Amino acid sequence: MKLAKIDWALGALCSVLILGAAACGSSSSKSASNLPTSIGKGEGQLNLVAWEGYAEPKWVKPFEASTGCVVHAKYAGSSDEMVTLMRQGGGSQYDMVSASGDASLRLISGGDVAAMNVNLVPEWKNFIPQLQSPPHNTVNGVHYGISLQWGPNSLLYNTKAVTPAPTSWAAIYSPNYKGLVTVPANPIQIADAALYLSKTQPGLGITDPYELTEPQLNAAVKLLKEQRPLIKKYWTGAADEVELFKSGDATIGAAWPLQTNTLEADHVPVKEIIPSEGVTGWADTWMLAAHAKDPNCAYKWVNWVSTPKVQAEQALSFGETPANTKACSYMEEIKKGSCEKYHANAPASYFNSIKFWKTPVKACGNGQNDCMDYTVWQRKWTEITA
Amino acid sequence: MSATASAPQLSGLRSRVSAVLYRRPWLRAGLLLSGPGAWFVLIYLAALCLLFLSALWSVNSFSGKIEHNWTLENFETLVKVPAYRTIALRTIGIAAAVTVTDIVLAVPFAFFAARVAPRRLRAVLFVAILVPLWSSYLARVFAWRLILAKDGVLNYFLGQVGLGQVNVGYSNWAMWIVFSYIWLPFMILPVWAAIERVPDSYLEASADLGARAWQTVRGVLLPLILPGIVAGSIFTFSLTLGDFITPTLVGGAGSTFIGNVVYQEVGISNNVPFAAAFATVPLVVMGIYLLIARRLGAFEAL
Repeated sequence: MKLAKIDWALGALCSVLILGAAACGSSSSKSASNLPTSIGKGEGQLNLVAWEGYAEPKWVKPFEASTGCVVHAKYAGSSDEMVTLMRQGGGSQYDMVSASGDASLRLISGGDVAAMNVNLVPEWKNFIPQLQSPPHNTVNGVHYGISLQWGPNSLLYNTKAVTPAPTSWAAIYSPNYKGLVTVPANPIQIADAALYLSKTQPGLGITDPYELTEPQLNAAVKLLKEQRPLIKKYWTGAADEVELFKSGDATIGAAWPLQTNTLEADHVPVKEIIPSEGVTGWADTWMLAAHAKDPNCAYKWVNWVSTPKVQAEQALSFGETPANTKACSYMEEIKKGSCEKYHANAPASYFNSIKFWKTPVKACGNGQNDCMDYTVWQRKWTEITA
Repeated sequence: MSATASAPQLSGLRSRVSAVLYRRPWLRAGLLLSGPGAWFVLIYLAALCLLFLSALWSVNSFSGKIEHNWTLENFETLVKVPAYRTIALRTIGIAAAVTVTDIVLAVPFAFFAARVAPRRLRAVLFVAILVPLWSSYLARVFAWRLILAKDGVLNYFLGQVGLGQVNVGYSNWAMWIVFSYIWLPFMILPVWAAIERVPDSYLEASADLGARAWQTVRGVLLPLILPGIVAGSIFTFSLTLGDFITPTLVGGAGSTFIGNVVYQEVGISNNVPFAAAFATVPLVVMGIYLLIARRLGAFEAL
């Protein structure tokens, strides 16, 4: 009897709390932004959401010393995480994000990032033409950020364990390396499978790995489900994959060049290649949060990372291609032959060969509206990995 | 003058208040409990209620904003998509396996520590159980990552003694081993306490009546320490059920736990309502478990 009374009381209490919470509706407002015409005094700090390896002491320390802006970087493991971080807490927690093409448009349409004045970034004029106003960060002529670097998602393998040397993505779908494969824990990985299928099963009619109809997506999901038993671990960050290759738990997998560079520095026998089917890749943009608390430091930061020297340092540290064409000579200074290796001198054709990450939406490029959007991709990815 | 005049007045008020409190014990208890009670209501119950509440909301997939209209969509997805069922069953299954493993390891150990070991050794054992709890949980899981990796410590020693290689790193086996290790102290301590409380005379009487050692254990000891075992299992089971760090670090391709999905939905997809819906699953499982545990008398051993 007593217990029943307590239950009643708890129930009543709970419903009161529920009603109270329901009454507190949330209201949000979007503020129209006016472009600044000059960069003011720094605020003393800068909070970044960045890819691992994008805020290395090598170029962060000199920046802090010369501007007085202390950099706090939060590393994110995927584009989804970046979008979420920029939206949490009312969107004023972070000043900038190094968004890839599959996050940038989501941030723009969600009102999470502000327009930027490219005239305040003099080096912007030296960027390769494809990255001055690319569709993933420039909407209706309004710039929502400054391009940074770009590069491929390559095939990484242990040269001792994997022979003969692979030339195709088929290697990570083949039972030869059962239990030794690792790929990113990221729904956008579906595009890698779709790219492979576009070459191996032309009958599916895949032209763009990010614009998949239901049967095309299902074919990619089927391939990835068959790949599941071959996977040792879906890696959650660059350091995760590096450890898998070091311990010998994985010998082949999809990777960023950062992992290759880190492993080579540790004398692990690895090599990365661009397989015959081509690769997906990323083109990153520093975007300014709509409610940034430190906009002056943010502008100082994009100026700093756009300078040829810092562009070259980051390019070689991560293993990617700088947006600034003037970076080539600095790259040669740091490491001979690197300008050519990363296609920083003649990038147009190479740039066009990479299928850059973008957010899958319902609208296909051909005017049809029957493509699967990113929510479906996420759900399918959970199905694959569970 | 006024100061001296107000003093008896204050004490008059004081005595009246204390007289009221004395005459009404329920008021006294209510005032005493109001602080902790408010804390309990706000921090524990309000959070739980909000959890159930937000499980009934949905998220706009385009803008990522939470929409406050009531829907059972999240629970429908949970039931309909087989992947979530697999994840829930895997989580519960491994939690159960870890609990059984810890019982099997803890009972003989606790019996030795509580009844066989000399006094001094007993103290050493007690400290040995507690020492791992002083170090960081993360450090211990990372250590296991290094032990179980392909070129790790375990395979090195197996190779040295000529037993070949095992491939348990980054798999459900690895999770089972690591969880069993991490939560073992939480099983040993209540079982130890339960064994200590069994009077010697019971075991002697059983032996006098001709029972063999195994019969004494099964017929006398185990029924008496069952509440202790169940109390320990509440810890091992619920701690495994809610974990997401060990699956991330030592799990393999098919090692997603409920906690991992919740973490992904909140931290990566920003879908708090779905995370809340999935988080109710371990709550319900634990609720059922605690009901069974109460029947077995575990709460008297806590």
